[in-house]
Amino acid sequence: MNRYVWPLVAVGVLLIFLSIGLKDRDIRALPSPFIGKPAPQFELPTLKNPEVTIGSKNLAGDYAIVNVWATWCVQCRKEHGFLLDLAASKTIPIYGINWRDSRVEAIRWLDDLGDPYVASAYDADGRVGIDWGVYGAPETFLVDPEGTVIYKHLGPLDSYVWQREFASRMASGGARP
Amino acid sequence: MIPEIGQFALVLALSLAVCQAVLPLIGAHRGDVAMMNVGRSAAAGQFVFVAVAFGCLTWSFIANDFSVLYVANHSQLSLPTIYRVSAVWGAHEGSLLLWIFILSAWTIAVARFSSGLPAAFAARVIGVLGLLSIGFLLFALLTSNPFDRLFPAPGDGGDLNPLLQDPGLAIHPPLLYVGYVGFSVAFAFAIAAMISGDLDQRWAKWTRPWTTVAWMFLTLGIALGSWWAYYELGWGGWWFWDAVENASFMPWLIGTALIHSLAVTEKRGLFKSWTLLLAITAFSLSLLGTFLVRSGIIVSVHAFATDPERGRFILAFLAIVVIGALILYAWRAPSLDSDVGFAPLSRETFLLLNNVLLVVATTLVLIGTLSPLVVELATGGKISIGPPWFNVAFLVPMIPLVILLGMGMHTAWRTQASKPWLNTFKIPAIIAIILGVVIPLFVYGRISILLVVGCAAAAWIVASSLIPIIRSVRREKGTAGITRSALGMTIAHLGMGSFVLGATVVSAFGVESDRALQPGESIEVAGFEFHMKSLGNAQGPNFSAIEAEIEIRDNGEYVATVRPQKRQYLVQRNLMTEAGIHPGMDKDLFVALGDQLGDGAWSVRVQYKPLIRFIWLGALIMAFGGLIAVSDRRYRPGSKTSSTAPAEPAKAAEAPA
Repeated sequence: MNRYVWPLVAVGVLLIFLSIGLKDRDIRALPSPFIGKPAPQFELPTLKNPEVTIGSKNLAGDYAIVNVWATWCVQCRKEHGFLLDLAASKTIPIYGINWRDSRVEAIRWLDDLGDPYVASAYDADGRVGIDWGVYGAPETFLVDPEGTVIYKHLGPLDSYVWQREFASRMASGGARP
Repeated sequence: MIPEIGQFALVLALSLAVCQAVLPLIGAHRGDVAMMNVGRSAAAGQFVFVAVAFGCLTWSFIANDFSVLYVANHSQLSLPTIYRVSAVWGAHEGSLLLWIFILSAWTIAVARFSSGLPAAFAARVIGVLGLLSIGFLLFALLTSNPFDRLFPAPGDGGDLNPLLQDPGLAIHPPLLYVGYVGFSVAFAFAIAAMISGDLDQRWAKWTRPWTTVAWMFLTLGIALGSWWAYYELGWGGWWFWDAVENASFMPWLIGTALIHSLAVTEKRGLFKSWTLLLAITAFSLSLLGTFLVRSGIIVSVHAFATDPERGRFILAFLAIVVIGALILYAWRAPSLDSDVGFAPLSRETFLLLNNVLLVVATTLVLIGTLSPLVVELATGGKISIGPPWFNVAFLVPMIPLVILLGMGMHTAWRTQASKPWLNTFKIPAIIAIILGVVIPLFVYGRISILLVVGCAAAAWIVASSLIPIIRSVRREKGTAGITRSALGMTIAHLGMGSFVLGATVVSAFGVESDRALQPGESIEVAGFEFHMKSLGNAQGPNFSAIEAEIEIRDNGEYVATVRPQKRQYLVQRNLMTEAGIHPGMDKDLFVALGDQLGDGAWSVRVQYKPLIRFIWLGALIMAFGGLIAVSDRRYRPGSKTSSTAPAEPAKAAEAPA
């Protein structure tokens, strides 16, 4: 082969390899190591009342979602309206983890915008966030009645994501049809 | 309203970019002057609309318009105004807009200064730049629109990443981008030459100054990034072989090779296809860097928010640009190479070796950067290739490069008689060997083979770079006897010498020590006494901090007081380390606060960094050398002077340019 073609061949190989890498990254982008495993154990004071704790025990028995949020998180504001609708529809209990936030501001946020949560745990230093593998808020976990995490969503929730990723999994008991 | 104007301006810019790309290329093919001339006007229009878009985004930041999603995510009410402006390029969407803005600025610069070029050639260059603009504008509009709205608008934003709230960061990306994007001009010149099938020495003369300017900015950008990492990340290192650092370093290495290869093509009409390949590679590596940073394929402290959609777009764009260019290359390059010969001992040989070694170095960096990814894909396992591997691997091509550099400068074009040549090196070689032993042994008190090699190499470069200057001074002609080109080269090589010395000494004699310290206590590191006088609170506009006051003494004599801080940013809640640094040409003393240990004690990282400033000074000098070189008479418009360099040794063998 003539030497002027070699660069083309080398770049071709590199590009094929990069595209495989990218595709591979796509597949692994969402599933976290927690999917299919029991939800990490936790016990934290609730946001509104530090005397009361909330934790893994509250999640057992039914499908539930755990939503990680904070007042400094812009996308959380964006999904808040949907969470209120979801709570009003009584489809599923929503538990919050108020993550690396200020208690005063978080309570004011819920007073101002409405509170979709059955209860919010107050994770001031982000310890529980680490156990749950939280990258950034908002993140939402779907937990089945056995307490297993069956789905994790990064970024704001809306009705489209809800129908496609959450509702379908609840209906089929875990796997997306 | 303002964001919509910006959005609309971007769409208009895209349609002008299409005109700028299509019409001049067709015009050049048909020989239609009117169509060729459209390129310049379309480029000017594109620049205006991109500038409007950029202005609109900047305005949205300054006015705290949190209804713009990008602003809401990356700014905040209490963010100081200067950082509200630099936050424009603080994340993916805005930095892409900055990239587009700089590309259109380069394009109008080319349009403005291309009046001396053949009309068809200039039209093709502007057309190719237009094609690149189309790609980036589509990228912004389809996957990364900075003007997306957020409804309902939040009352306050999510704040700019505190790491980026620093003057260094305000100018690091623009400098880097001017460099990255500048290589697109060399790329466009290469494509234009291949389309026309005509590449002579004038082509190299036109391409050289553009390449050198781009390289200059890239040098400054990388150096500034390194300096910023040094004082802002709180680690005290100056280079980490992070995937993204490597992404900027690879185009720099190839750009350096390109500058040298262009010299051969200009002076001797040789290495033509090789020069073309380097021009294509330099820009392709800039694009590869963009892909690595923005696709999330590689994990790095620098990585932007990841989005597979964007990764796919850039990969497709990269594939079109690079494969298109290389097909053209495989088709056209064979007919361009000429059969002019040169002797084994000649400047051509040394520049060839320079190119080979720089390409080897680039390949090593590329392998080190991508191999964790290859291994992960092939075996599913994770490996990490860290600084130890890079430091050793990189030295393999660098040591011969530095030694050959001193020799190549004094070798004549075409052929060189060996006896006078060897005589030239007697004095520099003696100086190098003496300093190679003296600096480590008598100044710093320790010696090893690598240290002697490093210090001798630095002295060798400096001594041999100074020969032409000393010679022309002796002839009492002053430096006026040297062309700006040759002087620029000499200065850039002196900068390289400064860098090698700094890098050698700081890696061998730098001291790092992690200790516990509480108010009233002292510790000793590298012969200096660090005394913590007090520990208190400090308040910034959007952060609160713990600040230590640390007094440094040398044998009881007061040296300096530094105030390292541990900052907590109020919105994002990140903890940031603000190091306290006592800078000096001979050494930096560096104190960073670690964690609170209890009992009022803190872990502190104390560092002694001898000659670390020589690293950045070296880069500054290199860039300055580039500036001097492009100011050479023969690059000025209308200049027809040949590029004979009177002070260069063996001028008899000089080929007319």
